[in-house]
Amino acid sequence: MTRNITSQRMTRRGLLQGATALGAAGLILPASYRSAKAAPNKGGTFRIGLGHGNTTDGYDPGLWDNLYAQVFAASRHNQLIEVDSDGQLIGEIAESWDSDDGATWVFRIRQGVSFHSGKDVTVEDVIASLNHHRGDDATSAIKQFFDPVTEIRADGQNVVVTLNAPNGDFPYLMSDYHLAIMPGSDGKIDPTSTDGCGPYIVESYEPGVQATLNRNPNYWKSDRAHFDRVEILAILDSAARLNALMTGQVDLIDQIDPATIGMLESRGVANILSIPGNAHYVFPMDSRAAPFSDNNVRLALKYAIDRQQMVDTILGGHGAVSNDNPIGPANRYFHADMEPKEFDPDRARHYLRKAGMESLSVDLHVADAAFSGAVDAGALFAETAAQAGISINLVREPNDGYWDNVWMQKPFVASYWGGRAVEDHMFTTGYAAGAAWNDSFWEHERFNELLVKARSEIDEDLRREMYHEMQRIVSFEGSVIVPMNNNYVMGAAKNVETPERISANWNLDGFRAPERWWFA
Amino acid sequence: MHAVLVMIAQRLALGLLTLFVVSVVIFGATELLPGDLASALLGQAATPETLAALRTQLGLNDPAPVRYWNWATGVLQGDFGTSLATRRPIADMLAARLGNTIFLALYAAAIAVPLSLILGVLAALWRNSLFDRVANAGALSAISVPEFFVAYILIFILAQSGLFPSLVRLSPHMPLGEKLYVTFLPALTLTLVVTAHMMRMTRAAIINLMASPYIEMARLKGLSPLRIVLRHALPNALAPIINVIAINLAYLITGVVVVEVVFVYPGLGQLMVDSVAKRDIAVVQAIALIFASAYVLLNLTADVLSTLTNPRLMRRK
Repeated sequence: MTRNITSQRMTRRGLLQGATALGAAGLILPASYRSAKAAPNKGGTFRIGLGHGNTTDGYDPGLWDNLYAQVFAASRHNQLIEVDSDGQLIGEIAESWDSDDGATWVFRIRQGVSFHSGKDVTVEDVIASLNHHRGDDATSAIKQFFDPVTEIRADGQNVVVTLNAPNGDFPYLMSDYHLAIMPGSDGKIDPTSTDGCGPYIVESYEPGVQATLNRNPNYWKSDRAHFDRVEILAILDSAARLNALMTGQVDLIDQIDPATIGMLESRGVANILSIPGNAHYVFPMDSRAAPFSDNNVRLALKYAIDRQQMVDTILGGHGAVSNDNPIGPANRYFHADMEPKEFDPDRARHYLRKAGMESLSVDLHVADAAFSGAVDAGALFAETAAQAGISINLVREPNDGYWDNVWMQKPFVASYWGGRAVEDHMFTTGYAAGAAWNDSFWEHERFNELLVKARSEIDEDLRREMYHEMQRIVSFEGSVIVPMNNNYVMGAAKNVETPERISANWNLDGFRAPERWWFA
Repeated sequence: MHAVLVMIAQRLALGLLTLFVVSVVIFGATELLPGDLASALLGQAATPETLAALRTQLGLNDPAPVRYWNWATGVLQGDFGTSLATRRPIADMLAARLGNTIFLALYAAAIAVPLSLILGVLAALWRNSLFDRVANAGALSAISVPEFFVAYILIFILAQSGLFPSLVRLSPHMPLGEKLYVTFLPALTLTLVVTAHMMRMTRAAIINLMASPYIEMARLKGLSPLRIVLRHALPNALAPIINVIAINLAYLITGVVVVEVVFVYPGLGQLMVDSVAKRDIAVVQAIALIFASAYVLLNLTADVLSTLTNPRLMRRK
């Protein structure tokens, strides 16, 4: 790989030249949201009611696992790299980054940024923050990202990360929400501290109840953090959340039940924000276990599901049909032209016969812990599959302990993905042979070969071709049914203003609504 | 009086034994639940390596009796330990929430107990009248629908019109008047839920006595019906009424998680549910102990009070 090519491909803008495809992911916003925005106003108290948050949530970045922890973290912390509203990488604590060979990455650390405590952000702090997720005794959920990392060292104002193999998408991994930059001492961060270098300073936090934050007067981004104060409330009950928005007790809520969207719209007290993204719901099948070890059986099931009906009823129309493709329309190399899989009982029967069966009976294990509406989705699936001679026996599992005792334990279950900004990230986490979250235990020789090759491929067209082929393989030979992409649906008070584009990368504008939004 | 003190001492000793048994049972039950704190904390993100590392850090590899012993000796010294999930001292986590729970329970009781006694006495007084029927029907319908439904109806009527807030947001330095205002809806919900039980017990206990010879005597003396009920019937009916009130107070402290969720009230119930879901045994045990203590103490109080109201029990040897 030559230096010349690197400067085109591996720098942060060049990395994403193909990203214009993102423009296809238009946002469904009320008309008023599309109009040109005036300069953001400052001030006000932004009150957010979220359907997440437990009394057991903590400050440890490696253990953040729900939307409450994520939004609260983004309100007080900065990361090395931010994903902007268009899905592009922009520098945050890393001013810029570059790589000569895709294996050695140099991140230049921004100067003049300080923590809430007043201490300057140094290269050592960044290294301590990264090392929190790395090493044998790390408990972080993203420990695996650092498996290929052989060394992280300081070089003046730079942090140099060395990988054991080239990976052109490595900066994307560094935009993960777990990677908050926190003050380090003796090479370690304090995982019980609230101190960060982000837009708001924590005033008080009662886990599972409320977090109160005030604007950081020394925040280095002058065009962000418009609110004086941010309050994040955990409101787990969806009716209570809706009530709070309608009675003006909060300004923004997440997870609106599709059944109540029409009612909320007709009341005229709030705007619905429905953001299509890469998030998707799935039914993984254990490809090692009969009958799912036969691809014909898997295809029969894929043709026995009515995807459009699922989008209409389970998502209330706030989503899109997916063609068993974990790569979403907001991804760079999304393969939009694959032959769609319509609900086709005859075709399902055809594949069953090819598998040497006249009829099929399988257990599908579901719980609403997998995704909201999973039990209903399972019932719908059983209904349509019956028309193709497949009897799906719905086994209702308890929400409690679902991820321990059902997911990746039973052969046919329901699950969800938040979606990932890059193809490699998604495939490596969920579809590569032996990956910790490869929940279908799927191994495909050609797929795994392409996965490694595409990582270091520098020719844009070749790379797109490889990712398209991988998506085709996952769709037609994979062992995960992906019936739909779910939108992020939020309700906002009428006076809440957003930028023209809202990020499709994670909920609440990439968790950054407190930093990016303002009051009219 | 001496007999009462002995009884209190005996009951307290039995109460402590009960608490010990409860703590063992709770510990055993949480051990039986599938999964542990490490897997609950990591959720979908759990891999064998991260699980093993977290288990070692949290001390989950010790055998169960060792963990129970470590915990029990701490509690006896007044140290509930730190939460396994958040690493915060459990005493701190409980203090505010216990205060909130007791505040709401007392608030609801302060409305519900006088209300149900008055309604019960009046219903007994005017037995089979229109008032009796309406009071009975009203109380029974309030108790017959699930409490979250009562809560939603109150929100629909009283919160959506803007009279009262549907979200209870408490801050530490809130004046009492404002606190009573923001917690009015949950307190009213709980009042509606517990009133029926106490009211009907009051009514039944009094009506039961009204047939006895001494009441007939009082009636023949020409006393007014109100005086008969208040002076002659009620004192003898107190024992069952006190017991029912104690049970309902215990319910107000331990059983209101659904109401807490609907009004987003930061009480102990929600903390208990979250801690069970995350297998945070230390917190679950601390709360279970508090709940068990509430039951033991309230029942003890009820026993003592009903003994005091009955001279025959006082003299019994």
